[in-house]
Amino acid sequence: MQSIEEFRASTRAWLEENCPASMRTPMQEDEVVWGGRNASFKNPDSKLWLERMAGKGWTTPTWPKEYGGGGLNKEENLVLLQELQRIGARQALNSFGISMLGPVLLEYGTHEQKAEHIPKIVRGEIRWCQGYSEPGSGSDLASLSTKAVLDGDHYVLNGAKVWTSYADKADWIFCLVRTDFEASKHSGISFILFDMNTKGVSTRPILLISGASPFCETFFDDARVPARNLVGTLNDGWTIAKRLLQHERTMISGFGLSAKASSRTLDASSVEGQAMQARSDSDKLSDPVLRDEIARYKIDAEAFAFTSRRSMEEAKLNKGPNATSSMLKNYGCELNKRRYELLLKALGTQSLAWASVNQEDFNADELKVTREWLRSKGNSIEGGTAEIQLNVIAKRVLGLPDMPMLTTKKGG
Amino acid sequence: MSMVLNEDQVMLKDSARDFCKANAPVSELRRVRDSQDPDGFSRELWQQMVALGWAGITIPEEFGGFGFGYGGLEVILEETGRNLVPSPLVATVLLCATAINLGGSQAQKSALLPSVAAGELLMALALEETAFHQPTRIACSAKKESAGFVINGHKNFVLDGHVADKLIVVARTSGAVDDANGISLFLVDRDAHGVSVLRSEMVDSRNAAKIGMRDVHVGEEALLGELDKGYEILEKTLDVGRIGVSAEMLGNAQEVFDRIIDYLKQREQFGVLIGAFQGLQHRAATMYSELELCRSAVRRAFSELDGAQEDVPALASIAKAKLSEILELISNEGVQMHGGIGMTDEFDIGFYLKRARVVQALLGDAAFHRDRYASLNGF
Repeated sequence: MQSIEEFRASTRAWLEENCPASMRTPMQEDEVVWGGRNASFKNPDSKLWLERMAGKGWTTPTWPKEYGGGGLNKEENLVLLQELQRIGARQALNSFGISMLGPVLLEYGTHEQKAEHIPKIVRGEIRWCQGYSEPGSGSDLASLSTKAVLDGDHYVLNGAKVWTSYADKADWIFCLVRTDFEASKHSGISFILFDMNTKGVSTRPILLISGASPFCETFFDDARVPARNLVGTLNDGWTIAKRLLQHERTMISGFGLSAKASSRTLDASSVEGQAMQARSDSDKLSDPVLRDEIARYKIDAEAFAFTSRRSMEEAKLNKGPNATSSMLKNYGCELNKRRYELLLKALGTQSLAWASVNQEDFNADELKVTREWLRSKGNSIEGGTAEIQLNVIAKRVLGLPDMPMLTTKKGG
Repeated sequence: MSMVLNEDQVMLKDSARDFCKANAPVSELRRVRDSQDPDGFSRELWQQMVALGWAGITIPEEFGGFGFGYGGLEVILEETGRNLVPSPLVATVLLCATAINLGGSQAQKSALLPSVAAGELLMALALEETAFHQPTRIACSAKKESAGFVINGHKNFVLDGHVADKLIVVARTSGAVDDANGISLFLVDRDAHGVSVLRSEMVDSRNAAKIGMRDVHVGEEALLGELDKGYEILEKTLDVGRIGVSAEMLGNAQEVFDRIIDYLKQREQFGVLIGAFQGLQHRAATMYSELELCRSAVRRAFSELDGAQEDVPALASIAKAKLSEILELISNEGVQMHGGIGMTDEFDIGFYLKRARVVQALLGDAAFHRDRYASLNGF
């Protein structure tokens, strides 16, 4: 058994040798690696880095070796993260398979299901999407009505999902379907996996206010899905669904972390750095109100980062994600929204253009701020709205009572 | 750096909680107020705290202390904050012992720190001269004379100034008002000739004195740290103080929040527990989230004080700004969510509101620390 310091030394040496130089630079948005059957690599080093990391199982460091994971304990994982951070290494693979499906499949899946899907997630061979929200089921997710009816050894699916992130690019979907139509709303749901190439499955991208289309509508018309792909117990999919949502919140809460503690020197790309360029000719922002607002934002962002770290350390002492994930998700999203509102104030009308005529009137960074500001509005809607997160905190963390008329309703 | 308390801290925290609950609940502050106690705190209670080692918790063992580190004071102050315990902890231990420990000569440390640890010496930091925290705005002067210095000036809002045996007076030895350079610290006996003390009772039923100094003569040995360079020690001391006061504020905020949640689960209106109303639930959830950030800001700052000490000024301002902002929110909600009973003197929640505003102002309010934080970050 090697000691933790030996592990650190060997990890450092391995990274030194195997992490390509271009993978030690800040991630470019169009170089994020999502994997999948149709994965494209704008930078060939990204492919190399993914293969090397996946080979060690380090795209999913704590997952069991049996299924291709790294098999690291929490202490080793922390060391790996520190070593990756030390050289500024990019994330080799970013996927919903890693952040959402994998953890619950490891917890609830059968050996066969794990053996089939987990190694492909680790290696980035299959890109997953999440079939949760429906046109009639947003915050009240458990009211979903996509039907799955057993026909021999297959389920036949009919219905529609909405806000499916990157459904048009995904290979497989993890999906909530109704398998019991008589039971109360939480009790008749099942969690099932299937190939997006299945006949009867189609997607249509949704154009957002930002002009981008990261989400789709997804339709199921008599789509036949093998029954063995059902995860966990029939009609008890809500248990898995909630567990997965905790993982999702933990992931989304990372958004607020982009404003991480600085070394107390002005970073030109930060909110205050951009404000200083646009609105100052001295060592101080000329608008005292904006300055105070930015300071308040940054203080909150730092305290939030400390809290995320504390939550990690506490989880290490106790158990996996808990109800505080709602708090982190909510706060992280609100911070990100505040950040963009401040950027708009910092940059004035230079941040309010939709398109550039000649590349000189508005530069690419300014145009990006406009679009990202619009995109940030979704942060407090996706993955459970801010209001739902506050409900969860009030009930699960603080133990506040339910409103009686809501609980007497069927399944409430 | 650790974001969670270590085992020793957890044990100390538990014992501090039990002690405060048994010996110094809010009723003790009420008793001190109602009996118009001339000291503003119980000396007997203080001696009990001394016996537990609290007075010497940060003082090194070689000077008679406990050498626990600042992390000990962190958990004690949170618990005294929860119970609004009136005591010399902040003025004597958090501020003055820190200043002596950071800037004192071997002789000064040997003479003073063991007495503080033994609970035999009370001290006060005579800093402010206006109604605001402006640590460089020092007009109080100390002029060199043959055998030492002669001090003239006025000090405002000196915590425990009326009971302190010894004062640390922040005085100007050169430069202009508002210069950080030219500030020096002096150890002055409160009963020295020329020192006048006016005790004022503050809204939180604690004390802060106005102190006048007219031709107060002190010897060379009274100088704490280097001549004209006192601000370096002062600023470090103030940062420790800001972080410590933030821990007290965390205890205050946590207690008010816990009382709010209890009340929401007890009080019925319209035939339901009021905690079932979403309008109140969301406010409670928001406070919970902010309180989590507050706890992290305090823990992070203390971990630095007992660790590398690299980023203390910014971490102190993060903690004090955040706690000042959120304690204002929670103390107001404490009254509002309790409704009419929250407005009565009989009910304790008002004591928390009153203490909240005093500790918010103490050593810089939210706006002061956001301004300082912005400057530290270059914008």
